[in-house]
Amino acid sequence: MSAGTTMNHSDNGYNFAYLDEQTKRMIRRSLLKALSIPGYQVPFGGREMPLAYGWGTGGIQVTAAVIGPDDWLKVIDQGADDTTNAVSIRRFFQTVADVAVTESTEVATIIQTRHRIPETPLKEGQVLVYQVPQPEPLQKIEPRETETRKMHAYAEYGAMQVTLYEDVAHFGRIAKTYDYPAIVNGRHLMSPSPIPKFDNPKMENNPAIQLFGAGREKRIYAVPPYTSVRSLDFDDHPFEVQTWKGSCALCGSTTSYLDEMITDDRGSRMFVCSDTDFCNTRQAEAASAPDDKAAGEDA
Amino acid sequence: MTASALRKPAPKPPLLEVSGLSKSYGTQVGCRDISFAVRPGEVLGIVGESGSGKSTLLACLSGRLQPDTGSISYDMKDRGPVDILTLCEPERRRLARTDWGIVHQNPRDGLRLDVSAGGNIGERPMALGARHYGNIRTEAQDWLQKVEIDLARTDDRPRTFSGGMQQRLQIARNLVTRPRLVFMDEPTGGLDVSVQARLLDLLRGLVRELGVAAIIVTHDLAVVRLLADRLMVMQRGRVIEEGLTDQVLDDPHHPYTQLLVSSVLQV
Repeated sequence: MSAGTTMNHSDNGYNFAYLDEQTKRMIRRSLLKALSIPGYQVPFGGREMPLAYGWGTGGIQVTAAVIGPDDWLKVIDQGADDTTNAVSIRRFFQTVADVAVTESTEVATIIQTRHRIPETPLKEGQVLVYQVPQPEPLQKIEPRETETRKMHAYAEYGAMQVTLYEDVAHFGRIAKTYDYPAIVNGRHLMSPSPIPKFDNPKMENNPAIQLFGAGREKRIYAVPPYTSVRSLDFDDHPFEVQTWKGSCALCGSTTSYLDEMITDDRGSRMFVCSDTDFCNTRQAEAASAPDDKAAGEDA
Repeated sequence: MTASALRKPAPKPPLLEVSGLSKSYGTQVGCRDISFAVRPGEVLGIVGESGSGKSTLLACLSGRLQPDTGSISYDMKDRGPVDILTLCEPERRRLARTDWGIVHQNPRDGLRLDVSAGGNIGERPMALGARHYGNIRTEAQDWLQKVEIDLARTDDRPRTFSGGMQQRLQIARNLVTRPRLVFMDEPTGGLDVSVQARLLDLLRGLVRELGVAAIIVTHDLAVVRLLADRLMVMQRGRVIEEGLTDQVLDDPHHPYTQLLVSSVLQV
């Protein structure tokens, strides 16, 4: 995030990181406001991006506003570095900002993500940029935005609890598994974007800066480093994350978020880590370990 | 009257005191110079023809409309009498959610139709910080029983309820926080006569049992005859007659009240 955002090398004619400097300043102002009121949705003048709405136009604008020539960018979609959305956004920034890209969570300084938080714990100095389709957690229960703004302003979040009540009444447990609402800094109710609730605890007291951009709805919000993020629950139905019976078929991890993969048309399946970088690193470590596989199990 | 007044040395201070309330829409008068008081546990009926300003008055009282002039003083639990027009919005909304109830004429305005009956009743306790599912549900079912809704319907959405059930659910949803004052706008409007009678019976029982004060706006004289202690008759935005319900209905003085009373059909 260094300041030297100069003109890109002349051949393509774009300003550094696609957006013009005035737009980046506007977005940075919104980001500063968002960071000073954790969880509060700051409106911003979202621009048209060369990407369809729903593909990460919010995240891409936030990344464009904070990225500098010295940054290392990582882009993931559902945890994977090699899916269409991740590849095209990464290539976009290679083209318009000429920044170094990486698949390693350790090395990256900016990670733009859709639907996951990396398994590898984040560090101070890293920025996690979320792509958000619907920033308003109250929208399902209260469609009027004039009203939801008041509910946020006066911290009237009883209605959100009603949605959890409905889950327990109908399914016997809180059935919401993604986009699980959380209270940030003990004050604002926030939609964490459609990450699995498995990742909600990772937001709590995270050393990295977490920025959320919703392009269609033109809202930015943020969780500053080391901020409390409490997932809503009931005293007698506490918040729980997903668990799996087995381990990752490739790297043997028992602590990561697993995706179910269908491997043929006779119903064979396997569970593998959704975070490809995490899984590849562990496989490489296991391969280079001196003798048995047990070393990989403990890593 | 005098004897009972002598036996009670200090009458309860009014729960709600309205003085000089006016509201107009441009040149059109909504209601003009209205003053009255409601004491704790008292049921006040407001009757009048369509367009007489009843609903405007109720909307002003319950904080949904800003009156042009006048004051509305409410005896808050922890602060004593406060002019609610000077309260800031979050305080007023909180008051409306806890110490007040608002029963709308159309239950669709007062209910969340996509949320189960239990969730509808549980919303107010949850808004006040209830976080124990078991307790919330027990309380909700307790109220469903009180308003005579089958417990098997706890998890059904009000969309699937009959009009009378929806109205009873709306009443339960409002009374769950034990409000001290309930505003009702035509609580029996749109219901057929036998359902009306049951609802009135239920309301009368609940109001007496809980000792809540209520302001009931209606054009149905039978409703006020059954429920209201006192009655105000409105015409063209003004109160033209007020007094004890039986007194006003049995011995109306104002020509309009006489007309109103005499136009009720006797079967």
